[in-house]
Amino acid sequence: MHNFEFVKPSTLAEAVAALGTDEAQPLSGGQTLIPSMKARLNAPGVLVSLTGIAELKGVCREGDTLVIGAATTHATVAADAAADFPGLAALAGQIGDPAVRNRGTIGGSLANNDPSACYPSAALGTGATIVTNAREIAADDYFQGMFTTALEEGEIITSIRFPIPQRAAYAKFLQPASRFALTGVFVAQYAAGVRVAVTGASEGGVFRWAEAEAALSAQFNADAVAGLSHPADGMISDLHGTSEYRAHLVRVMTQRAVRAAQ
Amino acid sequence: MPKDDGIGASTKRREDLRFLTGNGKYTDDINLRGQSYVHFLRSDVAHGRINGIDTAAAAAMPGVLKIFTAADFASAGGIPCGWQVTDRFGKPMQEPKHPILADGKVRHVGDPIAAVVAETYEQARDAAEAIDLDIEELEPVIDMKAALAPDAPKVHDDLTSNLCYDWGFVEENREAVNAAFDSAAHVVSLELTNNRLVANPMEPRVAVGDYDPWGDSHTLYTTSQNPHVIRLLMGAFVLNIPEHKLRVVAPDVGGGFGSKIYHYAEEAFCTYAAKVLKRPVKWTSSRSEAFISDAHGRDHKTTIELALDADHNFLAIRTDTYANMGAYLSTFAPSIPTWLHGTLMAGNYKTPLIYVNVKAVFTNTVPVDAYRGAGRPEATFQLERLVDKAARELGVDPVELRRKNFIKPDQFPYQTPVAVVYDTGNYDATLDKMLELADYANFDARVAESKARGKLRGFGIAHYIEACGIAPSNLVGQLGARAGLYESASVRVNATGSISVYTGSHSHGQGHETTFAQVVADMIGVDASSIEIHHGDTSNTPMGMGTYGSRSLAVGGSAIVKATNKIIDKAKKIAAHLLEAAPEDIELKDGKFSVAGTDKSVDWTGVTLAAYVPHNYPLEDLEPGLEETAFYDPSNFTYPSGAYGCEIELDPETGKIDILRFIAADDFGNIVNPMIVEGQVHGGLAQGIGQALLESCVYDDQGQLLSGSFMDYAMPRADDVRGFTVDHSCITPCTHNPLGVKGCGEAGAIGSPPAVVNAAIDALHRAGHSHITHIDMPLTPSRVWAAMNR
Ligand SMILES: Cc1cc2nc3c(=O)[nH]c(=O)nc-3n(C[C@H](O)[C@H](O)[C@H](O)COP(=O)(O)OP(=O)(O)OC[C@H]3O[C@@H](n4cnc5c(N)ncnc54)[C@H](O)[C@@H]3O)c2cc1C
Repeated sequence: MHNFEFVKPSTLAEAVAALGTDEAQPLSGGQTLIPSMKARLNAPGVLVSLTGIAELKGVCREGDTLVIGAATTHATVAADAAADFPGLAALAGQIGDPAVRNRGTIGGSLANNDPSACYPSAALGTGATIVTNAREIAADDYFQGMFTTALEEGEIITSIRFPIPQRAAYAKFLQPASRFALTGVFVAQYAAGVRVAVTGASEGGVFRWAEAEAALSAQFNADAVAGLSHPADGMISDLHGTSEYRAHLVRVMTQRAVRAAQ
Repeated sequence: MPKDDGIGASTKRREDLRFLTGNGKYTDDINLRGQSYVHFLRSDVAHGRINGIDTAAAAAMPGVLKIFTAADFASAGGIPCGWQVTDRFGKPMQEPKHPILADGKVRHVGDPIAAVVAETYEQARDAAEAIDLDIEELEPVIDMKAALAPDAPKVHDDLTSNLCYDWGFVEENREAVNAAFDSAAHVVSLELTNNRLVANPMEPRVAVGDYDPWGDSHTLYTTSQNPHVIRLLMGAFVLNIPEHKLRVVAPDVGGGFGSKIYHYAEEAFCTYAAKVLKRPVKWTSSRSEAFISDAHGRDHKTTIELALDADHNFLAIRTDTYANMGAYLSTFAPSIPTWLHGTLMAGNYKTPLIYVNVKAVFTNTVPVDAYRGAGRPEATFQLERLVDKAARELGVDPVELRRKNFIKPDQFPYQTPVAVVYDTGNYDATLDKMLELADYANFDARVAESKARGKLRGFGIAHYIEACGIAPSNLVGQLGARAGLYESASVRVNATGSISVYTGSHSHGQGHETTFAQVVADMIGVDASSIEIHHGDTSNTPMGMGTYGSRSLAVGGSAIVKATNKIIDKAKKIAAHLLEAAPEDIELKDGKFSVAGTDKSVDWTGVTLAAYVPHNYPLEDLEPGLEETAFYDPSNFTYPSGAYGCEIELDPETGKIDILRFIAADDFGNIVNPMIVEGQVHGGLAQGIGQALLESCVYDDQGQLLSGSFMDYAMPRADDVRGFTVDHSCITPCTHNPLGVKGCGEAGAIGSPPAVVNAAIDALHRAGHSHITHIDMPLTPSRVWAAMNR
């Protein structure tokens, strides 16, 4: 690891100011950033910790919306979202291991936008709003491909606003080594229709599966998508699964998510 | 009834107290005064010519003490290979040089090019980034068959080709085997891969070199399974340091699985650099570094054929194997696909004719050497997959086909056609035991139950034999070993009766400190708590060969028995003197010496005290003291065997396989500590199941390691390895060592991969996927699904 400065502000304003300096980068749970620094793949000059900022933490219901602070750990979401949004709590509870869940945060995960991460599918699958220090970004505009988001340099995610669905579930097929999602599907049903978001599968990162959304909006059960198949073009192919396999899992995991949401 | 802590008791492992409380003392816990740190700059290309290494800028960086390159090792020898294989034509294998730091060329990703020693580890890494390398990339050879093409680039320019050797065994049988195939009623064949693995012990490798200028003596602390072997190889062949000036210490070691047998360049480097710098030099491997510098395991490609007569008797086996050596020959690499593999191709069967051909190939990959089982898993996997395939093709029960061809209990000792003589065994007994514990009789009902839930259930059988207790020195000498394979022990009885045992075996998870104490406690009849087992330091234990090949109890334990018997003999003479009787009349029982047929006795401490305070002592006939050393060289290998049964459920939608139960019925001969044996089998099964379902070390065609971290190299986790039933009640004691023990360390990893794969194929066939005859390991969900949807 290269040397770096470390600051731990207690307000958002201080954090934003600290991030104005050259080579500064936010540090949340550190579960992605620290390993990459240890491997010397990343060498920020200043690390601005977000975990001392009270306003970035916590799970709170506002009417039909569940608002989660960006620096809230996966473990906290698993516990505190369970009553209002069990599908999201279950997703958080399946991320990594206890150490990762007690450090890693939802904001860090969404900022990083790993193509195999779990949270992006929940944000896109619910049509959540990503709130930053500067603006509000709709999930449909936020995810822009593997490790790429709409965030500007120095912009901090402060919270995520999830519209609470009638029912929802996440079905994750584990990549055998990392146990990230080889393919994970988040399905959420709203009065206005069903949203289906897929992570782990596509070279373009998390995406919505329009055909499945239409079929499930017409009839919310696993059989509704039984006849659909997702094309393999653009799907990831690696040691753990071919693109055909991932395309196949998109349908299987969609069905499993629908069944789990019943 | 065994004593609470004698032979046969499941005594809790005394070493666990320190391990489980975080108080083990590992090499990385050793920090010496004035210690410096080395970081190795390693090649990031698989094959390249080093045109220049500019270290000037790096050498000027903060904290840097010295940067070493190959030029600094001009006077040192290369890393030696400990086994010379002779090829089919009577010629010795091709043996390339293996420099400590890459000299002229880099030959695999991870090959060390320069070593930066600095005040801190981070300073060494910073400076390494400032080294300016001029490396001209060369076309790498990764695929073994491509490496043997006439125009393939050569890994070593000074060798004639990338072929290390072309080995035939038994060469004289070649024509007879071919003839048997020509006239056979049935021939079954199978092409398969034994997937390359990374050992991944929990503790990565570490080395600390120290030099004492006043005594001109060296100490190396290292994560080794065999410190004496390192002392010999490094002292005699690499650095030219005589044994009395070189101490090698392997303290607590966090697992090895073979990967810590070998002498590695980093050990020689730290020892040497400590003298140059007059400061201790420490290297701690990162996990990423371990993936590209620890020797890998397995990596065979094989075609195997079986000839049967009309009654399904096995007539002949013929194999054609390519074995990857990687870029250099690791310490025991050449012996693994040959003498530890070809000699096991008879398995448990009375196949009269066998011919094994192995071509060992150099490629631009990390060196490959022994990994838990070493050669024997490769043999077992081929044979047990093939027997299963034969049963399916012939339409017979795989259990019955095995039974029909088993060597029967009354046929021992059994001379196989591949040189070895099995001393004992009862293969039907372990098979019966396994089927009983598996409730095999009701398997069909469980298939139906799974089917009702949309799942496919399968049962796979594998029988194994292994050659353990490695090995008779005179035999392995004839086979090309450049070492003897005896073991040593010193038993030092102290004045007040406590006992210090020094063994040449090394414990890095096996529980020797407990088991060996049980043996001595049982023999003398004292409490095991009065016995301490010491190992891992060449300065206080006699020359020993270390731990691998399931040899510790069979060979190391036998040495302890031998030394303890010498102790008992002498103690009886002392007792005879004290009791005024003849030594022949003295009996030792429960730590008490008595005169047969009388009530005259003296206890153990009475004798030990007399030995060291010899006031009333036969000084004219007997030296004072009570300390004996013994070396034990086995007369044969030991042959553990067993029947493994694996029951799986396969999800046809995703191809995912879950192990529901795994039954291991082993014949390990006599058992000293059943709990430790069970633990050893569990660990072996976890690694074998890991190989079958999860683990795979994969290079791309440019020699980049795709599975270079735990993000892509799948280790088995607790929920992957459940449902174990382990039995070792079928016992045919080894006939030629004093404890009648055979060894249990590797069995789990040897017998389980074919059982798992056979179970998967069984499940698929029961569900009508009869076109699937084989799937290469690891059987990942994606691979299984692809096979089902081909
Ligand atoms: C062993 C292991 C297993 C894992 N398994 C899973 C899994 O199964 N599923 C899964 O989804 N993930 C998994 N993860 C990743 C984990 O969820 C991480 O916590 C997450 O990806 C990053 O969150 P973090 O809080 O640790 O972020 P950090 O590592 O602190 O930061 C990650 C990146 O986001 C930036 N950042 C952080 N917070 C903000 C913010 N508020 N605004 C703007 N930028 C920000 C940082 O600058 C950095 O670039 C695993 C990680 C590990 C180590």
